[in-house]
Amino acid sequence: MNAKTFLAMLRRDAHVARRNFVTLLLQTLFQPMLLVFVFGKVMTSSGLIRPEYKGMLLPGIIALAMLLSGVWSVAMPLVSEFQFTREIEDRLLSPIEIEWVAVEKVVAGMLQAIAAGLVVLPTAWLVMGSGVGLSFSRPLDFVLLALLVSCLAAAIGLVLGTSVGQTQIGLMFSLVIAPMIFFGCAYYPWSALQVFPTLQKAVLINPIVYASEGFRSALVPRFPHLPRLAIYGGLVFFDLLFVSFGMRQFRRKAVG
Amino acid sequence: MGETVAIGIRAEGLRKVYTSPPPAAAAGRGAGFSFFARGKRPKQKLEIVALDDLSLEVAPGEIFGLLGPNGAGKSTTVGVLTTRIRPTAGRAWIGEHDVWRERVPVKRLVGVVPQRPNLDLALTAREILVFHGAYFGVPAAERVRRAQELLERFQLTDRADRLVLGFSGGMLQRLSIARALMHDPRVLFLDEPSAGLDPQTRLLLWDLIRADNRRGTTILLTTHNMEEADELCSRVSIVDHGRMIALGTPEELKRSIPGGYVVRLHLAAAPPALLSRFERLPGVTGVRTSGDGAVDLYADRGGALLPEVARLSNEAAVEIRDVKISEPSLENLFLHHTGRSLRD
Ligand SMILES: Nc1ncnc2c1ncn2[C@@H]1O[C@H](COP(=O)(O)OP(=O)(O)O)[C@@H](O)[C@H]1O
Ligand SMILES: [Mg+2]
Repeated sequence: MNAKTFLAMLRRDAHVARRNFVTLLLQTLFQPMLLVFVFGKVMTSSGLIRPEYKGMLLPGIIALAMLLSGVWSVAMPLVSEFQFTREIEDRLLSPIEIEWVAVEKVVAGMLQAIAAGLVVLPTAWLVMGSGVGLSFSRPLDFVLLALLVSCLAAAIGLVLGTSVGQTQIGLMFSLVIAPMIFFGCAYYPWSALQVFPTLQKAVLINPIVYASEGFRSALVPRFPHLPRLAIYGGLVFFDLLFVSFGMRQFRRKAVG
Repeated sequence: MGETVAIGIRAEGLRKVYTSPPPAAAAGRGAGFSFFARGKRPKQKLEIVALDDLSLEVAPGEIFGLLGPNGAGKSTTVGVLTTRIRPTAGRAWIGEHDVWRERVPVKRLVGVVPQRPNLDLALTAREILVFHGAYFGVPAAERVRRAQELLERFQLTDRADRLVLGFSGGMLQRLSIARALMHDPRVLFLDEPSAGLDPQTRLLLWDLIRADNRRGTTILLTTHNMEEADELCSRVSIVDHGRMIALGTPEELKRSIPGGYVVRLHLAAAPPALLSRFERLPGVTGVRTSGDGAVDLYADRGGALLPEVARLSNEAAVEIRDVKISEPSLENLFLHHTGRSLRD
């Protein structure tokens, strides 16, 4: 491993992200804020939904914002850089093992996911107004979860970016990512599924569940959530799974 | 930069068999999930032999040319020698480093100009150079200075701070070469560097290649342009179907063709009696019919042969539809070895 090369690649990604700052910011904030406004503000203020829902929703929104921005920021550039233009080659030819190029992509994606979380959390909180009732009594948990969730996002991005072609990436988002979001316990807690026992078990193969429930356990521990062991176990498992699979795909794609 | 010892290239028995179609053909086909690709394919196995036991040795400080038609395996050779493609068999060395086993030190030594520019489209021309320098650990002030110097040398200063998306083919190509030089490589690979360049840019490029070579950089370039090989290379290897079919200085190669001249005749008919009379003409060393019905006379003369050829054809009542005379050249050599023209 060659630290200079690794850092230079990170700087390159940061530079490109800075150049697209406004677009990225809008992309990160727009959808979560619509959701937060409609469900966390309109519906709760009008009495259609009980105000406690605010606290239930916010952790899910943060999990989704981090996941989407992490997946997107790794997958989209990778798809085009590996495609016809082969832009990635200047980094593959840099004096560093090619696996580190993949690691750099993951780290850059993690940083973007964390940035997205840091932007969405206070904004959503402000929009929802009083009564969210966030608790920061478990800061270490929060930091650990943020790292695990951002790694999950970037690793899923790595898998998608190295396995799916340019023409299929949109389809992939609507056919695979969208259902994962809806069954990811972001808009409702996992315990709410107990009326559908089969579904409740089935959604456990969805990594987003552990992200949403994780932030719920750290930010609003007064609500029911998955046990911490299950949360950490699930996140670590899926992190390892997607990172190792993504690395394999990257290697296959990178060497002719 | 400073006195450095030039570094050579060596390859032994390189073989590369692709088991999937080239990317251009694969694009836009199927569902596109490459993790299913292996299981989904029926029994029939695809095998494209791109390199077939290719060996070569490039001396330190040499400009070496790989000459061959499209699909000969030139780009695959460059890919293998620069760590980008894993050979199915065989080994290669840059200096004393085994290319596949010591990829990082090898990557440090080589600069690569790919056949198709693969420039970072998210960056400006200057940023492409500066970041490339950074990837190779060139100190900050130094890489800014060197980027400016290369932009000037390659006449790119007026567009230096724009994204490269709108650049012309020639500009992309020049920037590609500038980028490859950013880290001062000891061995420079240029894959068809002048394809698609206008004649003026091509001359500029040749000057730059020579200048770089004078500073001690070993250069391997691929081309299917005879003139380029002739003009630049100290030695040329002719490859076809992944195999080396001739090797030598341009002069040696040209001298090795029987006769040197090729008179290519397109005849209304080619009766064997006529061909054997051609063969007996003084100065003619060989007669061959080529794939498309043309007849090639290898001879030590060109135009001086035509009156005789016309007389014999007349006597045989065969109409001559077209005549092309080629002087001794690498093109003829290729024709001689493969029966095909380089541009086919
Ligand atoms: N990535 C690839 N996958 C499959 N086949 C390939 C790939 N790259 C090249 N080929 C095939 O290998 C042969 C040699 O190609 P190449 O090395 O590009 O030749 P050249 O550069 O001399 O035109 C061709 O038949 C080409 O179609
Ligand atoms: Mg080629």
